[in-house]
Amino acid sequence: MGESDNGLRMVEHKSIVSRIFTAVLFVILGIMALSCLYPIWYAFCVSISDKTAANSGMVTLYPVGFSTIAYREIMKDSTFFHAFGVSVLRAGFGTLFTLFILCLMAYPLSKTTKQFRLHDPIMWILLFCMVFNAGAIPWYMTMVSYRLLDSVVGLILCGSLPVFNLIIVINFFRGIPEDLEDAARVDGAGPWRVLFQIFIPVSKPVIATMVLFTSVGYWNEFFQGLVLSSSDKHYPLQTYIQQMVVNTQSVANMSPDEMKLMSALSNKSLDSAKVFIAMIPMLLIYPFIQKYFVSGMMIGAVKG
Amino acid sequence: MKTGSVSIRNKKENGDKKTAKKADIAVSRSHKILEYNYFLMCLPGLLWIFFFSIVPMRGIILAFEDYNPGLGMWKSQLVGLDNFKYLFELADAKRVIVNTFIIAGMKIIFNIVVPVLFALMLNEVKSLRYKKIVQTAVYLPHFLSWVILASVILNIFGSDGIVNQIRGLFGGTPLIFFSESKYFRGLAIGSDVWKEFGFNAVIYLAALTGIDPTLYEAAAIDGCGRFKRIWHITIPGIVPTIVVMTVLGMGNALNAGFDQIFNLYNPMVYSTGDIIDTWVYRIGLVNLQFSLATTAGLFKSVISFILIAVSYLIAYKAADYKVF
Repeated sequence: MGESDNGLRMVEHKSIVSRIFTAVLFVILGIMALSCLYPIWYAFCVSISDKTAANSGMVTLYPVGFSTIAYREIMKDSTFFHAFGVSVLRAGFGTLFTLFILCLMAYPLSKTTKQFRLHDPIMWILLFCMVFNAGAIPWYMTMVSYRLLDSVVGLILCGSLPVFNLIIVINFFRGIPEDLEDAARVDGAGPWRVLFQIFIPVSKPVIATMVLFTSVGYWNEFFQGLVLSSSDKHYPLQTYIQQMVVNTQSVANMSPDEMKLMSALSNKSLDSAKVFIAMIPMLLIYPFIQKYFVSGMMIGAVKG
Repeated sequence: MKTGSVSIRNKKENGDKKTAKKADIAVSRSHKILEYNYFLMCLPGLLWIFFFSIVPMRGIILAFEDYNPGLGMWKSQLVGLDNFKYLFELADAKRVIVNTFIIAGMKIIFNIVVPVLFALMLNEVKSLRYKKIVQTAVYLPHFLSWVILASVILNIFGSDGIVNQIRGLFGGTPLIFFSESKYFRGLAIGSDVWKEFGFNAVIYLAALTGIDPTLYEAAAIDGCGRFKRIWHITIPGIVPTIVVMTVLGMGNALNAGFDQIFNLYNPMVYSTGDIIDTWVYRIGLVNLQFSLATTAGLFKSVISFILIAVSYLIAYKAADYKVF
């Protein structure tokens, strides 16, 4: 970005105002970037700090004392590991399942109405479902009637088809040169082969983007996990953290006295260690897929 | 439509037939087979959307009846629009609707202003490496859940968090910010903008790279300084994108962000922070007043639907924006 005007600016005379402006920009952007990294750093610092230091709020910018006791305690916490496992299964299988359906559906929907008569009716149904939803209660009652409580399958299916992501894939498929498909057709390839051996292999940026968005979506989702689980044994990780960490903080905010009691009982390093572990998968995936998602999203979201 | 999946080889064999008429029939037949396969490809997605988006819509009937779990969804007493009348008489309902509009409205505005400013600033940085580092960092919060971020934010703004420690240096007394109703909206809007500005800037950065570089060269030759070029070339270059995003954003006027509010709020800030979605959750899934919660949810869905339809229509008419 902006490479093209580099040459131009280099030969240009730089005024003092312009230089100060550049320096100020660097500082502001640096602060913005650091503020975005701070939550991870903070969670990490608290998690490896001494328990009493963490609880008394001494940890702000760097670890105080050093202790791995929080992580050792987590090792013994079977509910945490179970929740972690539920989330891994959900994100893994959910992403595979969603990607399969998205690719399968995006290919025919990238055709014109002339090529596929049902194109417009299907698109309108999908758009309607994207824009209008029945609300939390009817959704919950439906999930109950399907008997999808307390199951990983329920946690995968309950989100329904991500129509917006589908549109991104459709638009990407539309950008694939028609000649490629025609050539394969002449060689006798049917639609399934064209999709799996031509379209999917050349759509790496958009597929990587969808893997990122879908897995992040499944991993970060907590509400469905909360509503569809009858006990904490079935929670996915985010719901577990919501209930064990965030909810108790909110309660702690209720009154100063209660708060003192709660903070005496609470264990900030343990909480932060859980939070930090929940961040790790996201930290591992997104920098690698970053180069794809900017291009994948742009080609899919912007026409032309 | 023909049944059975006929292999594509048939198409070729048929296509080889001599007479033009036969070839025509063959082409239309193979086209039908092709369309049939296309439909098969759509089927899994259609089933998914049918069972998990369309079937739940039958539950909307709860909004028009006095739901009795003993009798079930279909046998409960129908009451017409009584639930809506009752809903709009509730002080709570008015409060959450107002809160929702204020929080969502401010989020729409600042989620455009801040990302645009950020994109403009980043566009002025020449060091590609610095740009790359900044971009990687600012995308991060978008990928973290509100559960995770709330746990950190509540600590930072908590009674012994860093914000209060800084206040302490200037002689301020510790404040639990997220329990103060006068601060809650600002904090919710600010933290949402902070979480999303990097990711929201992606589209503006793309628009900026689309600006013709010869415009800058021409302007430089004509003696335009740096700021004049920003004002006369860069900003006009992204105005169309800003317009489209603003119009589409209007469709979110009732989406104040359940995940965020749910994780940050507490009963002390219900007066300014409670939104339709959190209220529906509490009256429906906690207090089990299914009919009232469905009514409130339906009210939100219908208004949202109208807003989104209108905003997309405007975007289509004004900027030729098409969803598909």
